[in-house]
Amino acid sequence: MITKIKDKTQVKVITGNGAAAIAAKLVRPDVVAAYPITPQTEIIEQISKFHATGEMDCELITVEGENSAMNVVMAASLAGGRVFTATSSWGLVFMYDAVLATAGARAPVVMVNVNRETPGIIAVSSGQQDMICTRDAGWIFLIAEDCQEIMDLVIQAYRLAEDYEIQLPVMVHYDGFYLSYLSEGVDIPFQEDVDNFFLVLKDQPERTKLVPGGKLGCGSHGILGGYLELRYKHMAAMERSKDKFDLIDKEYEKIFGRSYGGQVEEYKMEDAHVVLVGSGSMCGTIKTVIDKKRDVGIKVGLLKIRMYRPFPSEIMVKALKGKKAIGVVDRSLSFGFKGGPIYMELKAFETQLGGSEMISFIDGIANTDITTANVGLMIDTLCDLAAGKDVREVTWVCYPEANEPDLPKNGRAVK
Amino acid sequence: MASNKYFKHEGPWSDANDPLMCSDTGDWRTKRPVLDKHKCIFCGFCALYCPIQIVEMKGQTHFEADLSFCKGCGICAKECPKDAIVMISEGNFKK
Repeated sequence: MITKIKDKTQVKVITGNGAAAIAAKLVRPDVVAAYPITPQTEIIEQISKFHATGEMDCELITVEGENSAMNVVMAASLAGGRVFTATSSWGLVFMYDAVLATAGARAPVVMVNVNRETPGIIAVSSGQQDMICTRDAGWIFLIAEDCQEIMDLVIQAYRLAEDYEIQLPVMVHYDGFYLSYLSEGVDIPFQEDVDNFFLVLKDQPERTKLVPGGKLGCGSHGILGGYLELRYKHMAAMERSKDKFDLIDKEYEKIFGRSYGGQVEEYKMEDAHVVLVGSGSMCGTIKTVIDKKRDVGIKVGLLKIRMYRPFPSEIMVKALKGKKAIGVVDRSLSFGFKGGPIYMELKAFETQLGGSEMISFIDGIANTDITTANVGLMIDTLCDLAAGKDVREVTWVCYPEANEPDLPKNGRAVK
Repeated sequence: MASNKYFKHEGPWSDANDPLMCSDTGDWRTKRPVLDKHKCIFCGFCALYCPIQIVEMKGQTHFEADLSFCKGCGICAKECPKDAIVMISEGNFKK
């Protein structure tokens, strides 16, 4: 992240949830609908305070469940409003059909999802499993690394969602507990600057809206060719959103002085021989370990995924091409595959990487810490791979028992 | 490039004045309801029970199913108190 010190700043120590709530206030939404109880986070609690004190002039609807929350914001969005909602883990699962419908309706909804584990095993501990379970819903997914990035991403998400060329819902993800309850100093943008940042949307053509008494309706049948036509338009808009996000990042820097690099953030990648690919809060730890490893001469870098859907394959291939060994860190599982889900996705582009070898690390599931020691182990394994030694294709860093040779064969030696 | 053959907008928006797309469910039908007007007492049960509400009142004498949408479920025939409606196989009618 590049930060330029501005003449005037307002830095406050707030949690990740606080940052998301303040960002939601700054974008001036018309409608906020959310289920206020567990697994909801303090975001909605904060917003209801803003609403009660009059700081936030929106319609706040505390619905009876997440499914209704998503349906309400979808409808309000189709009626032309700017909307916000937030959820987490089980709540995201409960609104799943409405999440799909929102994407299909091309409603520019922005939702914060605090990443936690999903139903199956009773747990609301941190992990990206909820994000992975909804990855093919047709939403744009953005992932934040720290509280400042949460603030910036929520604001940027609206520019992306409501852009006339995109018109897609955006989900902003950040790790539960590690960021949601982490207090950090956050530079809070001024309202005037945020308003200026959104001015460009006013110059664009108006998107289609529901008008009371009007004859235009949304949600028509899309059987046969109509289905294909809509799906293709959706896919095309997804592809357009990649460059658009890079552009928005640059524009954001002009006004707020902070840039993250767009779809991905590259950390010490230029001369790196081995690379870790990660996303979310783990990246802070990885950067710290990279600095230490570089002190003893190990050329290691980090490629941080900021935009997970659409999958930024072109820019990732460009950044990773020619690296000796690549390790992808996943905080989730994809049942049916031995490797982590993001690893499996990147694996699809392996032939374009010019001979780089790839391995998968599974860590940080169910609130297990991705410690500096764990990251150190990952980098050592990558160095072994780069030196031509045999290593496992898949390593469960947070559960070494999985790596025993006579236990379920989660890994196999490469080379 | 995506065409705008079915939808003029980015999303699934359509005008109520346009014919509903592909919702002509009449061709799903294997049997059609045929009314004996002499038996009909104009009670309206068939219209009330029709699950897709396509039985329309014809003047002040009888009710008739809109065959563009009737799926041929036979509920109207079952509910008719005078057995005035019979379901007849589509094969008996010329296309």
